[in-house]
Amino acid sequence: MKGKFGQYGGQYVAETVMSSLKELERAYQFYLNDAVFKSELKDLLNNYASRPSGLYYAEKMTRDLGGAKIYLKREDLNHTGSHKINNVLGQALLAKKMGKTRVIAETGAGQHGVASATAAALMGLKCEVFMGKEDTERQALNVFRMELLGAKVHPVTSGTMTLKDAVNETLREWASRLDDTHYIVGSAVGPHPFPVMVRDFQKIIGEEIKAQVLEAEGRLPDAIIACVGGGSNAIGAFHDFIGDTTVKLIGCEAAGLGIDHPKNAATMANGTVGILHGMKSYFCQDVYGQIAPVYSISAGLDYPGVGPEHAYLQDTHRAEYVPVTDAEAVDAFNYLSRTEGIIPAIESAHAIAHACKIAGSMGHEKIIVVNLSGRGDKDVASIAKYMGVQINE
Amino acid sequence: MNRIANAFAASGETENKALIAFIMGGDPDIETTEKLIIAMEQAGVDLFEIGIPFSDPAADGLVIQQASVRALEKGCTADDLLNMVQRLRSGENAAKKITAPITFLTYANSIFAYGKERFMERCRDCGVDGVIVPDIPYEEKEELADVCEKYGIAHISMVAPTSKERTETIAREAEGFLYCVSTLGVTGIREKIRTNVQETIEKVRAVSDIPCAVGFGISTPEQARDMASVSDGVIIGTAIVKIIGEYGRESVEPVRQYVARIKDALS
Repeated sequence: MKGKFGQYGGQYVAETVMSSLKELERAYQFYLNDAVFKSELKDLLNNYASRPSGLYYAEKMTRDLGGAKIYLKREDLNHTGSHKINNVLGQALLAKKMGKTRVIAETGAGQHGVASATAAALMGLKCEVFMGKEDTERQALNVFRMELLGAKVHPVTSGTMTLKDAVNETLREWASRLDDTHYIVGSAVGPHPFPVMVRDFQKIIGEEIKAQVLEAEGRLPDAIIACVGGGSNAIGAFHDFIGDTTVKLIGCEAAGLGIDHPKNAATMANGTVGILHGMKSYFCQDVYGQIAPVYSISAGLDYPGVGPEHAYLQDTHRAEYVPVTDAEAVDAFNYLSRTEGIIPAIESAHAIAHACKIAGSMGHEKIIVVNLSGRGDKDVASIAKYMGVQINE
Repeated sequence: MNRIANAFAASGETENKALIAFIMGGDPDIETTEKLIIAMEQAGVDLFEIGIPFSDPAADGLVIQQASVRALEKGCTADDLLNMVQRLRSGENAAKKITAPITFLTYANSIFAYGKERFMERCRDCGVDGVIVPDIPYEEKEELADVCEKYGIAHISMVAPTSKERTETIAREAEGFLYCVSTLGVTGIREKIRTNVQETIEKVRAVSDIPCAVGFGISTPEQARDMASVSDGVIIGTAIVKIIGEYGRESVEPVRQYVARIKDALS
């Protein structure tokens, strides 16, 4: 494993944690091909997280948009309500095999924190989650959910008090306690081997899509659409299709109030190459390399960088990345709720929004798969607030 | 002999160990940083590490994080600090030119955003002797190797308590001096320094003549003396930055006194 995707990726971390990254890399290489590990993980994914997730033909949406056939990959129906559980079960099982007794994690929207707390409870690991203070406020329900599961949540008050600062704080915590602790990185970001490992634990999404769409349609889809923050659900959905060049891969990043407005998180549209969180990739930053205080209505996409494999797919034009604004995502959130009776996570609503934009101009014979990475229960309160609706809890 | 090697050699001859001081550039403002460096050189500091403030200092504890925030709020940039070093070297704002070696302690992104070639060229032109980049470990040092060599800037490596068998590999290729991290975790004051630093330094000395300076956690004269007894010098950062945080523009005198006390303990 070289840990680089073209010029991107790498291991840009303090010397203190290098030995732990090496240890992790060795363990991962070993268990990747270990039959017992693989069967234990498969059992957890199938019987605990209820995989495989369905591929649902959204017939009403298809008819309404009047173009391509739309399928939704139902990662929202996984245990804990998002794709995050795929990666967390893999990493927690690996941590246990490595003899670790404690896991730490960063979280933005709280989905990864909840998934980590869940896996830790199941496997008898101590769990501490670092979450930007601003995110603990907009996702208060998920904070309590993590506490119910026995995890300790640390609100992070440094920097912009969002996901990137939570990552900084988790890295600091890890550097101070490496022996018994594994850092469950939540997205396809961070120093090698995390981007590779997280992608491998998430690529089951794309593998299932391929089998399911072949069974339903007898052919590959024309496009796969997924939202991109760090990019774990997207790389999971894309990976098995990278060699299938007829399949367009489209990542939707958060444009907040618009890519020309200062309040956005559109890394591919506005970012430049830089180094943060252990990796070389694209980041929103100023000319002196100060990381920009990005913004999105979606805490899970409110991140100034992107996973290194996505940076590479962008440069090589194998995938295309498009910005979606808050307003478009909220419209899609409402649209999917009313049209299909499915309330999507506001993150996933960014992908739905783009499907709505392009489906109508595509022929009836075309097929789009949207990765519905999470469910929207966690977002109901913030969407109400956005729409100016008062809710008494 | 370059300035860095000189600093350790001069200390060695008088049986003093090198005192290395870290401050955050531009905290509380550039003028004060400049005055602090002049005062600290007079008080006996042998080598300077000037931090380039960064939005996301993941290897730093709270005290240095806050210093970074203060400096960024004042708008401090890498250019401001390069120009400041140039003034210190020319003696523009002091009776005497600063002759002690000056290094930048900077996260990788500050160098990359500036353009690594242009950054090192300006370092050379302004009189910066080396760079310490906590998020460029041995595995990534090729990133800077060419440009550092081209402009004669030492890329100073770090070893940590967790380095184990990596220690010798790092030491063999080390330039300037070797920054020996005393404890796990991020920068910050520790009440007790539980460490295997002596073991680390013995491993280094078996393969290299590179001077070893110990950093992380050191704040009292006793700690400084203890750490210096097994190494070639000590690095003090958080303890100084804390004084600057407390006294702001009035920090020059208290910092001078503090540094003099540490220097005394090393003599």
